[in-house]
Amino acid sequence: MSGEQERPGTGGAAGESHVNGNTSTSTPAPRSQAGEPIAQRRGMFGANNGGDTSGYGGLARTVRMPAGSARPYGGYFDEVADELEGALEEQGLDPEAVIERTVVDRGELTFHIAREHLPAVARTLRDDPALRFELCTGVSGVHNPQDAGRELHAVYHLRSLTHGRLIRLEVSVPESDPHLPSIVSVYPTNDWHERETYDFFGLVFDGHPALTRILMPDDWIGFPQRKDYPLGGIPVEYKGAQIPAPDQRRSYS
Amino acid sequence: MSATHATRPAEPRETTEGPVYTVTGGDWDEVSQFAAERADDEKIIVNMGPQHPSTHGVLRLILEIDGETVTEARCGIGYLHTGIEKNLEYRTWTQGTTFVTRMDYLTPFYNEAAYCLGVEKLLGITEDVPERASVIRVLLMELNRISSHLVALATGGMELGATTVMIYGFRDRELCLDLYELITGLRMNHAFIRPGGLAQDLPPGAIDALREFVKKMRKNLPEYDKLCTANPVFRARLKDVGYLDLAGCLALGATGPILRSAGLPHDLRKSDPYCGYETYDFEVPTTDTCDSLGRFLLRLEEMRQSLRIIEQCIDRLEPGPVMVADKKIAWPAQLALGPDGLGNSLDHIKNIMGTSMEALIHHFKLVTEGFRVPPGQVYTAVESPKGELGVHMVSDGGTRPYRVHFRDPSFTNLQCMAAMCEGGMVADVIVAVASIDPVMGGVDR
Repeated sequence: MSGEQERPGTGGAAGESHVNGNTSTSTPAPRSQAGEPIAQRRGMFGANNGGDTSGYGGLARTVRMPAGSARPYGGYFDEVADELEGALEEQGLDPEAVIERTVVDRGELTFHIAREHLPAVARTLRDDPALRFELCTGVSGVHNPQDAGRELHAVYHLRSLTHGRLIRLEVSVPESDPHLPSIVSVYPTNDWHERETYDFFGLVFDGHPALTRILMPDDWIGFPQRKDYPLGGIPVEYKGAQIPAPDQRRSYS
Repeated sequence: MSATHATRPAEPRETTEGPVYTVTGGDWDEVSQFAAERADDEKIIVNMGPQHPSTHGVLRLILEIDGETVTEARCGIGYLHTGIEKNLEYRTWTQGTTFVTRMDYLTPFYNEAAYCLGVEKLLGITEDVPERASVIRVLLMELNRISSHLVALATGGMELGATTVMIYGFRDRELCLDLYELITGLRMNHAFIRPGGLAQDLPPGAIDALREFVKKMRKNLPEYDKLCTANPVFRARLKDVGYLDLAGCLALGATGPILRSAGLPHDLRKSDPYCGYETYDFEVPTTDTCDSLGRFLLRLEEMRQSLRIIEQCIDRLEPGPVMVADKKIAWPAQLALGPDGLGNSLDHIKNIMGTSMEALIHHFKLVTEGFRVPPGQVYTAVESPKGELGVHMVSDGGTRPYRVHFRDPSFTNLQCMAAMCEGGMVADVIVAVASIDPVMGGVDR
């Protein structure tokens, strides 16, 4: 059993050296109101291997996430945005600087928050009587290499049981400086969620009480949910045919 | 164990962290004797699991004990991590249901429903899902709530030594599994709910079987009252154990029976309805005891409410399609049982192979390539038997998910373990963990 093995006392696996060495000073790329690019498509039919004889092979287009929305947002979204902006101003924060972009898409409200202001925003959302987002459903990471200078995204969903509302906060940071403040002090439930997101994406939540791997083994190297981390797998034989590993199979986009 | 195994299993093994005793059961006297021989005032750390039968699968509990009192409790998880979220990024949107159904393997229909509601929201076809499909989804989910709660009661009882409760619970769960098998063909891992509707309609005889099931369950449920609720020993073991009040629940993000046992009637079926739950007549039971007994009683009551919903579903089932009409999303074939097992119906094969080449191409493209989902992100949540099961889903406009994250209620609720157990007795840890009802398939994904 692996429990018999002794772990090296020093810990600190390779590949995680940047966790403590907070030397990088790169800042996130400036945020425009256009949606961030998420994919580059070539050709017409989505095939990414094999020849394209259709004549459309030279087509290239950028797929973008939904762009920033203008007021009115509709429903309770305007009220939430007003209250949040008002509460931030009371604290002496400039809402324009804190909320980089507001997106309303598919009936959901997303605030893109500048990373340094995340704890203040979370605390305001939780404590302001008109907002009262008591329940945080954790943090989900997204790795988007197309979004240059903001590759890693942390996405939070907050639920208000008092008002029956749901909003999303999104914080994006560069891969070269994957630091953002922890909000465990505001929502203790995020303890394990932030560890999970660190485990899979290498997002470093500064101020987390014990940011260690949670699902992967302690000495694992690399961050498995990043897009440049291969899925792995081996070809298998099925009914006489070689079936390639899942990430080697033909795919369409 | 390795070849360096000590001759006496309980004999200590020296490590840099101090002596380590391997306990395999029945040798506790020996261990305590060894420990007493080296009497020092250091605390004892007990590793419970990851294969202990009382820890609900491969959950590892790390308990620091002082006598019989737990002074600190931590969880070690990840033993069942299978990388489902990563794998989803390499399959089409439809294939995803086959993966997510395996997450929390006791609530497969909730995983499928939450996932499919997310895909439908991304596609913007939430309104187009046929009424019959939604009713059958609700029906299956409520059946699943009963079977999941039954396992919670059964394993919880077994861990207390009440094996009769276990036998009864699994006996009744079998009735649910028989229905799953009849309806979906499988007892677990169904992949029956698909983006846009269902894989198939109800088979003949399903309605009668469901009515029979409701009748049987109405007869069987009072047995748990007689066996447990009215049993002073059982009550005494659960009462005031695993205490977590409302503030603690909200801070730690606990949902489901844990939150409702603290007196807050929060249920997504009422507060953020999906699949037409707002049109069903049912109640959200609560208790204000904040303890394991309250959670036990809630699970019993929730099963009764589920039976009510199932009856309403049966009554409102009208003939109709079970998949969206959009031929770019709905798989063209109905499944049928052939001589070589379940597959596409012979009529459909006759059509695509014999008369319509376009239909053949369409079928081939849809199944191998999959459909495209416009770029964006959504969060959908359903009230699973364990709490809020949320799905955060990102599409890059392609035929495969760009990112899918499951906020599994077991994962979040398990964080409450330390708050519930610290300061209590070792034996009560088992009760508290059972009242959380974690399923490691969901925790580790």
